[in-house]
Amino acid sequence: MKALRTLLADGRAATGLAILGVFCALALLAPILAPADPAAQRDILATRFLAPLAVGSDGVMHWLGTDAFGRDVYSRLIYGARISLAVGFLSVAVSIGLGTAIGVTSALAGGVTERALMAITDAALAMPRIVLLLALVTLWEPSLVLVVLVLGFTGWMTVARLARAEVKGLLTRPFVEAARSSGLGRMRLLWRHLIPNASTPLIVAAALGVGNAIMLEAGLSFLGLGVPAPAPSWGNMIAGGRDALVNAPWVATFPGLAVALAVVSCNLIGDGTRDVLDPTTLHRPTRWRRGRRGRRGRSAAEGGGPWLSGE
Amino acid sequence: MLRQLARRLALGAGVVFVVVTLTFILISLAPGDPARLWVAPGAGEAELEAARRALGLDRPIALRYLAWLGNLARGDWGVSLVQHRPVLRVIADALPYTVLLSATSLLITYLAGVLLGVIQAIKRRTALDTGLTVATLIVYGMPAYWLAIMLVLVFAYSAARFDWPGWLQFPALGVAALDADFLTPWGRLADRLRHLALPLATLGAIGAAGMARFVRGAVLDARGNAFVRTARAKGLHPVVVEVRHVLRNALLPVITLLGLSLPALFSGTVFVEVIFAWPGMGRVMVDAVGARDYPVVMATTAIFAMLVVLGNLLADLLYAVVDPRLRRDTA
Repeated sequence: MKALRTLLADGRAATGLAILGVFCALALLAPILAPADPAAQRDILATRFLAPLAVGSDGVMHWLGTDAFGRDVYSRLIYGARISLAVGFLSVAVSIGLGTAIGVTSALAGGVTERALMAITDAALAMPRIVLLLALVTLWEPSLVLVVLVLGFTGWMTVARLARAEVKGLLTRPFVEAARSSGLGRMRLLWRHLIPNASTPLIVAAALGVGNAIMLEAGLSFLGLGVPAPAPSWGNMIAGGRDALVNAPWVATFPGLAVALAVVSCNLIGDGTRDVLDPTTLHRPTRWRRGRRGRRGRSAAEGGGPWLSGE
Repeated sequence: MLRQLARRLALGAGVVFVVVTLTFILISLAPGDPARLWVAPGAGEAELEAARRALGLDRPIALRYLAWLGNLARGDWGVSLVQHRPVLRVIADALPYTVLLSATSLLITYLAGVLLGVIQAIKRRTALDTGLTVATLIVYGMPAYWLAIMLVLVFAYSAARFDWPGWLQFPALGVAALDADFLTPWGRLADRLRHLALPLATLGAIGAAGMARFVRGAVLDARGNAFVRTARAKGLHPVVVEVRHVLRNALLPVITLLGLSLPALFSGTVFVEVIFAWPGMGRVMVDAVGARDYPVVMATTAIFAMLVVLGNLLADLLYAVVDPRLRRDTA
C-alpha cells in the first residue's frame, strides 16, 4: 500500500495508471456502456460508414461513427479493449512467471545448469519473434488462449536475464549472507529475501511487457492471425478500416489511437515505477541537481513539470 | 580475440540451426495442404495424392527435414511451391528491398534519435524538452502498421484529394511508378525515393522516438558522473566537457541497442512491407506462411535469424572497439 502511494505521487505513473484504469473500467463495463451490440448488423445501406457523432436511424448516437457493416465503432472499441487488455495482462503473467522461474533457478543453481539455461535464453532471444509468432499461430486455429500462450512463451527471455542478474547481485549482499548463515532454508531465502528484493525491475519489465503484448496482439489480429473475426479486436478493426481509408478514415483511426494510448500508459507506468520504487538508481543525484538549479533561480516547476522527463 | 570470434560464430550458427529446425517442425505440423496449389480446382483425392507424392509431402517430417538440410548443404534452397521458381531467386529479388528499407531506417533512427536525445538533454526542462518528450513517448507507442496507414491517409489520399503541392504528395504503394521505365535516370531515382518516403518515415519515426528516449536518459546519466564535475571544475570549455566527457560515455550503450533493435526492426518491416506492398522479405514471408510454401518460409526464417545473430555479434564487436575496458576481456 505504501509502495502504491509513492507510485501515485509520481505524475507519470499516476497518469499511466489513470489511463489504464479507464480502459479497464470500459472493458469491464462494456455490456453496460456500449450503446450498441458490437457485432450487430442492421440495415447495411442506411447504417454503414456513418461519420463520428452521427445519429443513426434508430436514434442511437454513434460517437465514433460506424464501420463497413454498420457496426458502432465505439461499442466495438470498448469490447475490443477486453481482448487487448486480457491478452496483455495474461500473456505477461505467463512470460514473467516463466522468465522469473528460469532466471532465479539459473542464478541459484549455478554451474552447468546456469550455463545451459542462459544458452537457451540467448538462443531464444536471437530468434526473430515475428517468425515464431507467424509459425505458431498458423499451427492452430487462432483463439484467445493461443494468442496469450504464444505471446507469453515468446516473451520470457529478457525477464529471465533480468531475474538472473538481479538475484546474482543479491546473493553477494550482506543481508542475504546473514540470512543464509542464520540457517534459513533455500526456499525461505528465495521467497522472503530474493524475490521481494528483485521485484522492482520485474515489475518495470511487466509494465513495459503489457504494452508490448497489446501492440503485438493488435499486430497479429491486423494480419488476420489473432483473435478470430466476429469478436472485435483493435487489430482487426484497424485492418477492416484500412480498406475504407478514403471514405471512412475514422474506422482505422480510433482503434489505432486506443492501442497507442494503452501502450503509452504502460510505458508511463514502467518509467514511473523504475524511478520511484528503486532507490538505488541514479535518480537521487537528479534531485540534488534539481535543487541546485533551483537555487540558481531556475525552478523545476518552470520547465513544464518534472513528471514528463524520462529520467 | 579471434578465438572469441570463432566461438561466437559457432554459437550463432547453432542458434540459426535451432531456429530453422523449430520452424520446419512447426510449419510441417501446421494444418493446410500446399499440394492443393498444384491441382486444378475440384480435383479428386487421387490427384491430390499424386501431387503430394510428386512434391515429396507424403514422406515423414524427419525425412523431409533431412532431405531439406542435405539439399541446403549442396546450395540448393528448393523451389517455391507457390511461385514455381527457385527459392534463391525469390530471396534474391526480395532481399535488396528489405536491406534498403532496414538500412535507411536504421540510419534515420540513429541520426535523428541521437540528435533529438542530445538536444533534449541539453535543453532539459524547457518547453522544447517537454514537447519532444511527449511526442517521442506517443510516437514510440504507435503500432508501425497503424502509423503507416495514417501516413498514407494524410500524404497519399488527403494530399491528392485536396491538391497539395506535388512535393507533399507521396505514392501509397509499391517501389516504382508504372511509367518508371520511361523516366530519365534522375527521374527514376526521384521516383524511387518518393516511393521509399512513407515506409521509411514510418520505421524511422518510431525508431528515432525510441532512440531519443534512450539517449536523453543516457546523456543525463553520464552528466551525473563525478568525472564530469571534475572536468568542469578544472576549467574545461563546456563544449569540450559535453562532447568528450558526457557524449562519449553516453553513446556507449547506444551501440548495444543496434543488436537489440534488429529483431524489432525486422518485425516492423514485416508490417510496413505488407501495407506498402513493398516487395521485400517480410511480405514474402507472410505470404509464404499463409500459403504453407515451406521452402520459402524456411529460407526467409533462416535469413532473418542469421541477420539477427550477425547484428548481435557486430554490436558486441563494436562495443569492444569503443570501450577499451572490454577489449581486454574479449582478447
